[in-house]
Amino acid sequence: MRLTTTVNGEEVTREVEGRLLLVHFLRDHLGLTGTHWGCDTSNCGTCVVWMDGEPVKSCTVLAAMAGGREVRTVEDLADGDRLDPVQQGFMECHGLQCGFCTPGMMMTARALLDRNPDPSEGEVREAISGQICRCTGYSTIVRSVRWAAEHECAEREEASS
Amino acid sequence: MTAVEETPAGTAEPVGHGRMLRKEDPRLVRGRGRFVDDVQLQGMLHLAILRAPMAHARIVSIDTAAAEAHPKVKAVVTGEALAEKGLAWMPTLSNDVQAVLATDKVRFQGQEVAFVVAEDHYSARDALELIDVEYDMLDPVVDARRALEPGSPVVRDDLDGKDDNHVFDWETGDRAATDAVFERADVVVSEDLVYPRVHPAPMETCGAVADFDSVEGRLTLWSTTQAPHAHRTLYAMVAGLPEHKIRVVAPDIGGGFGNKVPIYPGYVCAIVASLVVGRPVKWMEDRSENLVSTGFARDYIMRGEIAATRDGRILGIRTNVLADHGAFNAQAAPSKYPAGFFGVFTGSYDIEAAHAEVTAVYTNKAPGGVAYACSFRITEAVYLVERIVDCLAHELEMDPVALRSKNLIRPEQFPYTTRTGWVYDSGDYEPTLREALRISGYDELRKEQEERRARGELMGIGVSFFTEAVGAGPRKNMDILGLGMADGCELRVHPTGKAVVRLSVQTQGQGHETTFAQIVAEEIGIPPQDIDVLHGDTDNTPFGLGTYGSRSTPVSGAAAALVARKVRDKARIIASGMLEANVTDLEWTKGAFAVKGDPDRSVTIQEIALRAHGAGDLPDGIEGGLEAQVCYNPENLTYPHGAYVCVVDVDPDTAQVSVRRFVAVDDCGTRINPMIIEGQVHGGLADGVGMALMEMIPFDEEGNCLGGSFMDYLLPTALEVPDWETGHTVTPSPHHPIGAKGVGESATVGSPPAVVNAVVDALKPFGVRHADMPLTPSRVWDAMRGRATPSF
Repeated sequence: MRLTTTVNGEEVTREVEGRLLLVHFLRDHLGLTGTHWGCDTSNCGTCVVWMDGEPVKSCTVLAAMAGGREVRTVEDLADGDRLDPVQQGFMECHGLQCGFCTPGMMMTARALLDRNPDPSEGEVREAISGQICRCTGYSTIVRSVRWAAEHECAEREEASS
Repeated sequence: MTAVEETPAGTAEPVGHGRMLRKEDPRLVRGRGRFVDDVQLQGMLHLAILRAPMAHARIVSIDTAAAEAHPKVKAVVTGEALAEKGLAWMPTLSNDVQAVLATDKVRFQGQEVAFVVAEDHYSARDALELIDVEYDMLDPVVDARRALEPGSPVVRDDLDGKDDNHVFDWETGDRAATDAVFERADVVVSEDLVYPRVHPAPMETCGAVADFDSVEGRLTLWSTTQAPHAHRTLYAMVAGLPEHKIRVVAPDIGGGFGNKVPIYPGYVCAIVASLVVGRPVKWMEDRSENLVSTGFARDYIMRGEIAATRDGRILGIRTNVLADHGAFNAQAAPSKYPAGFFGVFTGSYDIEAAHAEVTAVYTNKAPGGVAYACSFRITEAVYLVERIVDCLAHELEMDPVALRSKNLIRPEQFPYTTRTGWVYDSGDYEPTLREALRISGYDELRKEQEERRARGELMGIGVSFFTEAVGAGPRKNMDILGLGMADGCELRVHPTGKAVVRLSVQTQGQGHETTFAQIVAEEIGIPPQDIDVLHGDTDNTPFGLGTYGSRSTPVSGAAAALVARKVRDKARIIASGMLEANVTDLEWTKGAFAVKGDPDRSVTIQEIALRAHGAGDLPDGIEGGLEAQVCYNPENLTYPHGAYVCVVDVDPDTAQVSVRRFVAVDDCGTRINPMIIEGQVHGGLADGVGMALMEMIPFDEEGNCLGGSFMDYLLPTALEVPDWETGHTVTPSPHHPIGAKGVGESATVGSPPAVVNAVVDALKPFGVRHADMPLTPSRVWDAMRGRATPSF
C-alpha cells in the first residue's frame, strides 16, 4: 500500500506492507534509528514516538495508521545544535547510561512538560511508568525531567520579566 | 563539561577525577547512537531462527521445502546441514558444548532448530512458519531436585558415556573444622533458600550483523557483546577462520548485565549465513527469544546453616547448594571456579570455620548460569549469608545491626584471609555501616516501626552488609577457556597534545568513554575533554577479556593508569632535554614538568608532545613519539563493600510490598566520577528490588517457560522503586594503581537481601522467619498465613 505521512515536519510517501509496524517503518524505511525496538508487547516503551502530539508505542501502531498524521521522533527534539531542555536535563542529571530507552523516555517527558510544565516527582514517575529502564533505577530520569521543567520555568519567567 | 567537584583521598587538585558529564551522551540523547540493529549494509539479508516449542523431544524429521520455495528466502539451514560443515556444536565458556542448531534432540523450549535467511525480516519470520518439524516427545527434567534421581531422563546423552544429569561437584572450606564448631555452638540455625531463575533482560536484545568478504577471506561481525576480543578468539576456534581475518565490532550496546557475555547460537548462525550466502546477514532476536533462550542467572537452591554463641558471636557457616545449569553448561565464569566466586559466602564476618558444597545438574531449561550483574555468583553468596544472619538474629532475638556489628571483620585484620581462602584487600566496615544507619535514621525507624506495629501496620526494616570480590583476575588462577583474564590499554599522545586511549573492555552504559579519559587525564595532565576513548573494535584495540563481573575499573582502569604513567615517564626524559636539567631535578605538577626550585622553567605535556613528534634531537636512547601500551595482570581481586538499609510497608489486606526508602552506602575505594558511581548503584538497586519482589523465570511441569515476555517477566518501573538515598566511604585498594575497586554490581549483589530482610521483618508479627523471592503479593500472603512458598 501507499503511505503518506509527515515525519518530523517532512511529508514522506512510501510503498509499504499493510502489516508493517510504525517502529520498523521509521527505522528501516526512513533510517530514523533513534527510535528503538525493545519488546513485542508494548511493555518497554523504547519505541515511543509522537503521533499528532500524543506519545504512542510505535511497536503497536501500524505504519498505515500514521497515514495523514504527524509523527515526531527523537531526531526532531533538538533544534539544530540547540538541544531540547529535556535532552540537556538527561545529560546534566545522568538520566541515561546505555541510552537504549532514552529516546522513548525523552519523548514521553517532552509530552508531559508540554501539558504540565511543573510536574511533581510522582507525576513524572507516573508519566514514564509504561516504560522500562534497566540501567538508571529511574531517580536520575526523574531528576532530568525536573531539571528540564525548572530550566524552562526559569526561561519563561525571564522572558516575561 | 563541568570540572571537578570531588578530590579523591591522597591527591591534590585533580585534573581528571570528579563529577564530569558523559562524553557518550551527546550522540545518545540525539538518537544518534549506533546499536547493532542500526547497522544497515548494502545487500544485507535478514535471519530468523526457528525454535523448539517444547522442552525435550527427539527430532524425527525437518521438511524445509515450503520455506525454501518462499520467493524472498535465500537459504534455510538445519542442524544436519551444519553438521556436514562440522558447525552443529560449539564450545561454551564452561568447556561444555552447546548445539548451534539441534541435530538429534531439542533440550529446552526455545532451542535453535533451524534458520531462514530472507530479503527482509518479515519474510524471514513468515518462512519459519513454513518449516515442518516432526518431534517425538520425551519426558523433560524440570525440577533440579529430581535431576539426579535414578531413572530420570538423561538430558545430555550426546556426551560420551553420560548416563545421568550431573555436571559437577565442587566444595570449598574445611568440612571437619566447620562440623566441629557446629558441634560446640550454643545456637545453630538452618534455612532453605531458593534464589530463583531470573534474567538480565537488557533493553536491547542480542543480535549481530555478519559480513564475510570471500575475496579477502575476512569476516566483520557487529555484535552485541561485552567481550569482543574473547568472542573473536572463540569464533576463530568454532568457525575455523584465522583470527587475524576476524573483526568483531561492538558499537553502542544497549545494556548487558552479563547477558551479552556468552556466545549464542544466533551469532554463529549469522556468521554461517553470511559465509553461505555471500552477503551481509543481520540477526536480531525479539524479546521472547531473549528471555527464553539466552543467559539466565541464579537458579540456586541453597541450604544455609549458621552456628553461633548465645551472645551472638558467629562461629561458622556451612551450605549445601543445588545449581540448575540448564541444558548446556554455558555459564561464563573463570574455569577454575565452576561455582563462580560463591566461595565468598562467609561475607563480611570474622568467623572460625566455613564449608560449602555445590552440585550442579543439567535440566531441560535454557543454558546459562552467571549473568545479571552477579560478580560470578556473589549475588547468591551474599544473599545466603545476609539472609541466614538475619535468621540468626531472629533466633537470638537480637537486633540485626547489632549482630552484624559484633561480627564484622575489623580494620586491623586487613588484608584478611577468609576461611575459604579469599584475601580481602582492604576494608573499614564499621564506618560504612554507621553511615547507612545515620542516613536512614535507623533508631528512629525502629521507634516508628514499634508505633506502627501497635496500630496493626506492617512496616519492615531490612539491613544487609556485603563484601564484593571483583576484578577477575590474576592470571595465575583465572582464565576463561584458557584465556588469561588480563586486559590491555594503549595510549597515544598526538603532536598537539590531544590523546587517544584504546581499551579492551566494552562499555554497555557504564560510561567508559568518560571515566577512562578521566583516569588518564588524572595521570598525565591532559584534560579529559582532549582524550578520546576507543573500544569495541578488535582491529583497533588491544586484547583483553571484556566487561563483566565489575572488572573494567579494577583491571582495565589499572591498565589505563599504568599506561599513562609509562607515557609520563618518557615525557619526563624528553622534558629534561627541553629544560636542560637532570630528570631527577624535575617535578611533576598536573600537566607540566618544572625544574625543582625554579617553577618558571617548565614545559607542559602538550609542549612535550610536540617535541616528541617534532624536529630536533631527543635525549639519548629516546625514540620519537609519545605512546605506550600495557597489559595489566591484577595481583588480586578488589573487594568493595557496602551497607544497605531498606524500609518497606506491607499492605495487610493485599500483601502488596512497597519499598518506601532505600539507603545505600557504598565503598568502592578511590572514586573516579561520583555521578557515574551513583548511577551504577541506582541501577543495581532497581535490579535488586526487582529480583526481591517481582522477577522470576518459572517453568511448568512440562518445561514450558512461563516468563517469556515482559507481560510475564515483570521488571520494576518508576512506580515500584523509591528515590534512592546514597552515601559513600572511601577505603582505597592497596594493590590497584589508583586505589579504585569495581562498583558496577555492588548494588545488585547487596540489595536483594536488604529487601527480603525488610519484608520478613515486616511479617514478624506473623512469626515469619523466611520467605523466598520474588515476594509477590501471593507469596507474602501465603507467608502471613504460614503456608510454604511454592517450590518452583
